[in-house]
Amino acid sequence: MNALIRHHLHSLRQSGVRFASAPFAALANMVVIGVVLALPLGMYLLVSNVQSLASSIPTEPQISVFLTPGAAKTDVAALENRLRAVEHVRSVRFVSREAALASLKRSPGMADVISTLRENPLPDAYVVTLGEGSAAAAERLESELKGVPGIAHVQVDSAWVRRIDALLSLGRSAVILLSALLSLALVAVTFNTIRLQILTQREEIEVSKLIGATDAYVRRPFFYWGGLLGASGGLCALLLVFLAQVLLNRNLSEFGNLYGVELRLQFLPVADAALFLAFAALLGWVGTYLSVSRHLSKIQPR
Amino acid sequence: MAQPIISFNNVSKRYPGGREALSNINFTVEAGEFVLLTGHSGAGKSTLLKLIPAIERASSGTILVNGQSISTLSGRGIPYLRRNLGLVFQDQKLLFDRSVFDNVILPMLVTGQSHAESTRRVRAALDKVGLLDRERANPVALSGGEQQRLCIARAIVNRPTILIADEPTASLDDEYADAIMEMFRSFNQVGVTVLIATHDRDLIAHSSPRVVHLQRGRVLDKATA
Repeated sequence: MNALIRHHLHSLRQSGVRFASAPFAALANMVVIGVVLALPLGMYLLVSNVQSLASSIPTEPQISVFLTPGAAKTDVAALENRLRAVEHVRSVRFVSREAALASLKRSPGMADVISTLRENPLPDAYVVTLGEGSAAAAERLESELKGVPGIAHVQVDSAWVRRIDALLSLGRSAVILLSALLSLALVAVTFNTIRLQILTQREEIEVSKLIGATDAYVRRPFFYWGGLLGASGGLCALLLVFLAQVLLNRNLSEFGNLYGVELRLQFLPVADAALFLAFAALLGWVGTYLSVSRHLSKIQPR
Repeated sequence: MAQPIISFNNVSKRYPGGREALSNINFTVEAGEFVLLTGHSGAGKSTLLKLIPAIERASSGTILVNGQSISTLSGRGIPYLRRNLGLVFQDQKLLFDRSVFDNVILPMLVTGQSHAESTRRVRAALDKVGLLDRERANPVALSGGEQQRLCIARAIVNRPTILIADEPTASLDDEYADAIMEMFRSFNQVGVTVLIATHDRDLIAHSSPRVVHLQRGRVLDKATA
């Protein structure tokens, strides 16, 4: 077997032995890193779940134009022609007050409420759908239509989707910022752990250098150790977030049942989880690199 | 005539702060020689020995080991130089968190030898120094003489061409000291060049065909050097 492969195997084994020889210290480090990583991971999971929920809702701007009760047929016809002539309009759909009431009745929990009404309070309406990216046109149209004869109220229905989108964008930025900050924390934790390891093994390092160990040989076990520490911390974070998701899903399920919908947080896909573990190992490696570069060169045989 | 395996040419060593430990040293050691480096404490023996594996670097002059210039050797080249040297230190530098066997196998791990070959050579080295039956013991459980023999086993396990020892018999009683010196002689008889620093007068009187005497950082008798 090649000497380099033997060196790597030896370093890997050494890291495992070090991990096993101080299991409580290793476990404590693992948990600290796990908690640090669980925060951005949990937030990422939450944002991606909301994002996936929001993406199932159409985001084309929609305008509901509610007509005044008893509006003149000529006004209604003129309005429809005007709506169809507007730029970016993809479709114009007339929703009669009867159809609107029937649709409302189908909504969970609304049938009982509606049955208590003596007459249909809903107006006739036009639902105007504009093309993607025409939010500004929707807002222009909303202001143009206000005050037009036969129109009682104009509402841009997709505004809330845009608000969720903006909120998600804010959430994503927060996840990135939090990830960056806590990644720094992980690098700092690994940096310090490796510094302590180097101090503990000072004699061994000194003797190894005296008998012909190269810098790479001395450094290698620390790199494996740092990577292992990062990956095991990442694994701990995945476990923590998974447990939190299981607990939250119970509550979400009960909450969703009240509204007749199925609410459930989805866990990370396997590929993303693997990527996350690799990222955690990389952060451990970076912390090790910085620590080893700073502290190992100071140990020279005397 | 044998080729010099170690050669010092006008070598001086000045420590930071201005103290001159070695001044204009000139001497050679030929392959297969057994040389004692003597002198009082502070004469510069340890400094001179440390220059050979580049633990210390010379302030001026040229040092050649196995034909390789140590003065111009880069940091990356030093580990490969040390792999050809067997070093026995005054303070032993044993690792007390592992067994006798694991101390001796360290140079084999560094050079990336196979496990089977390493085990075989470690046992052979321990056998040579009479510690084979103590391979699982912790060095802390060994006597002073046994610890010194353990250092020698670690120094010879990689089959070095040069064996360098700094005061290997210091703090040992006469019986142990004789046994240790006998060991160095036996290695020398199979072709290993041996260079030992000592200030033990009895040892000097009884052991070596060649003595290099240092005084205040200078080789005292050029005729013997």
